[in-house]
Amino acid sequence: MIVETGHFALILALFVAALQGTLPMIGAHRRDQALMAIAAPAALIQLALVIVAFAALTYAFVTSDFSVLNVVQNSHTDKPMLYKISGVWGNHEGSMLLWALILSLYGGAIAAFGKNLRPSLKVRVLGVQSLIATGILAFILLTSNPFTRVVPAPINGNSLNPLLQDPGLAFHPPLLYLGYVGLSITFSFAVAALIEGRVDAAWARWVRPWTLAAWGFLTAGISLGSWWAYYELGWGGWWFWDPVENASFMPWLAATALLHSAIVSEKRDSLKSWTIFLAIIAFGLSLLGTFLVRSGVITSVHAFASDPTRGVFILLLLVVTIGGAFALFAWRGPSLKGSGLFQPISREGGLLLNNFLLTVAAASVLLGTLYPLFIDVLELGKVSVGAPYFESVFIPMMIPMLMVMAIAPFLKWKRGDFLGATARLKIALIITIVGGLLTWSIIDRASAFAAFGMALAIWLFIAVLTELAERIKLFRVPLIESGRRLLRQPRASWGMTFAHAGLAIMVAGMTASSAWRVESIQVMKFGDSVTVGGYTYTLKDVREVPGPNYIATRGTFIVTQSGASGEDDALTLYPEKRTYKTRKMTTTEAAIHPTFLGDLYAVVGDKDEKSGGYVTRIYFNPLVSWMWTGALIMVLGAGISLSDRRHRVGAPAKSKIVPGSVPAE
Amino acid sequence: MALKRKHRRLSFVALGLLALGAAAALILTAFEDNIVFFHSPTEIQEKFAANELKPAQRLRIGGLVVEGSVTKTGDGATTRFKVTDLNKSIVVEYRGILPDLFREGQGIVAEGHYNNNVFTAREVLAKHDENYMPPEVAAALKKSGQWKPAGKEK
Repeated sequence: MIVETGHFALILALFVAALQGTLPMIGAHRRDQALMAIAAPAALIQLALVIVAFAALTYAFVTSDFSVLNVVQNSHTDKPMLYKISGVWGNHEGSMLLWALILSLYGGAIAAFGKNLRPSLKVRVLGVQSLIATGILAFILLTSNPFTRVVPAPINGNSLNPLLQDPGLAFHPPLLYLGYVGLSITFSFAVAALIEGRVDAAWARWVRPWTLAAWGFLTAGISLGSWWAYYELGWGGWWFWDPVENASFMPWLAATALLHSAIVSEKRDSLKSWTIFLAIIAFGLSLLGTFLVRSGVITSVHAFASDPTRGVFILLLLVVTIGGAFALFAWRGPSLKGSGLFQPISREGGLLLNNFLLTVAAASVLLGTLYPLFIDVLELGKVSVGAPYFESVFIPMMIPMLMVMAIAPFLKWKRGDFLGATARLKIALIITIVGGLLTWSIIDRASAFAAFGMALAIWLFIAVLTELAERIKLFRVPLIESGRRLLRQPRASWGMTFAHAGLAIMVAGMTASSAWRVESIQVMKFGDSVTVGGYTYTLKDVREVPGPNYIATRGTFIVTQSGASGEDDALTLYPEKRTYKTRKMTTTEAAIHPTFLGDLYAVVGDKDEKSGGYVTRIYFNPLVSWMWTGALIMVLGAGISLSDRRHRVGAPAKSKIVPGSVPAE
Repeated sequence: MALKRKHRRLSFVALGLLALGAAAALILTAFEDNIVFFHSPTEIQEKFAANELKPAQRLRIGGLVVEGSVTKTGDGATTRFKVTDLNKSIVVEYRGILPDLFREGQGIVAEGHYNNNVFTAREVLAKHDENYMPPEVAAALKKSGQWKPAGKEK
């Protein structure tokens, strides 16, 4: 009964979305207040209906209702509760429902919090948003209905793919979708602005926080996915340039560019049509990502069994949505003239370069991702474009980007002083050169390339600190005064400081872990030792340990730092190989001990029948934890920036009470 | 002023085009060096016999892991198995821990070099989903005429 209610609510939601996407739009065109008034309540009703549908499916999963096909295919009674819930979105149908839920959630948020928005703009934003929702809901109901019943109901289900039974991956899809789908709002804003033919500072001020929120979630989602791949797949790598990874990375690049161009549009009334263009591109790449993941057209380690009709539907949706937006852009775009002029060397110039590099980088990733598809369609053979292509294209583009990223915040709007800016970075430059040379000479096996990467990270990090120091006039005014200035820094500036510093830390982690990783594969018998990256690993034993719905083969490694005496500072690692009962599938659980300088990483593999030993794989992954820390700092930056009152359009500025001016009572 | 403005815009455009050209050159050279072609086991044997492919070339192969063909060699950390398109099969060697979904009878894709009748894999890809057949493997089976659209038997 509850399942039918959910199904029915979803059908109703489709009709509400279709109405919301048409009537208020007509109303806005004719200035018919009655029709326009439908938009906001409709968005909230649509949200409520999708919540009911999602709750119904969740209920079916939690109660293990095996009369629902989706639950049969992806759940099992012996699964821990967390994975019963995450099983809701751990499959195609459910994840599309989550997509729709988040889409409606953003629409509902605009309806509820967009009180200060110009009425016609608000109605149109909601209209576009629900047109997208109409497409997605139709897609779910026509091709991927999660509520399909199965008669007779089996006794138990097939359980969730064991690789997905992991806390990291339980939260990865919701975060990623909050980011992906969050870009729908900026898309809706862009299309609404094109329909209105008007882009002003207020528009850009509205777009910025939504982009920021989407960007923050996307950053968190991608990092979580990368972290999962790092510890779960047991290859010791964290990024494989796999098509599905690229599918999430391209919208991230576009969103990052959008985040920066929106600043210029807001503050300088410039780059307006470019910002609109980016908003369309960013969501277009999100839809493309959904298409790539859901259609299975591309070989990917992440690919799941899929149905070609779904691919065709999403492709159609993509073409209509993005094609329509671009047609509108071609028609209305040229009339969006900005007034702000600027010299090439200026803050706008720096942001423009950032945008240029990010877009070209996104385009090169897109090309590499789709190339095998083109070749296949043209019947020129089957090819794959792997990590070497992406690395040799992407990294050279990021080098100028990181260099300029350090300088640009020192440039003034409109007309910057390049020499002045570099003069203020003298100290940073010296530290960078010393740091780079030290890396090069101290760490053995250091390649010049890796030292350069570390130097870039140092350069950016010190420049961020220098910029902060300049803002608070450190050492130029008394320290107390500097401290006071520090506290008064607007949160949006803190956001930039955090995000840029986080990236610097991340770059250091990426460089070090790629350049200085130590790997060792061998067969070990009990009592055997191997030394990797300055640590000695001794295999103590391997035994079977039961889990809730799996049996684990758990190895025990005693690890000591080479040269350290005694068992005192020995640590123990327990890598596992889990065999899940229902699907007869095994997963690898790497044992990882993170330290400041690097991760100790151990994996236990199959038994070698001949010698009685076990295949083991041991890594020392330098500075890997810096990547996750850097990502966390970037997300934190987005959060801090979002809490800035200036991002809340129409929110009254906090009245400043200057000490001493408090009226006497 | 008007002239200056035009001039400025031109310099922006010129810089942009220059950078775009550099990026295009970068992408093209990267493509040239880094594209890996896929071949079925039958094609590998035919093309190596005809000298169309060289041992130095990085290749991708795909097919089904032959039942009962998986053995350990050398120090025990190297796995040796046969991959087939149900017409011909080739021997693959991989040193390390195979992906969790690697199983006999399962479709896999491997990347590496073919030399002296052995394919030395640098990477072996099996999928996250046991019902999933890599498109390349499906293509290899179709080419050898052994493709049976898989029913989802459990």
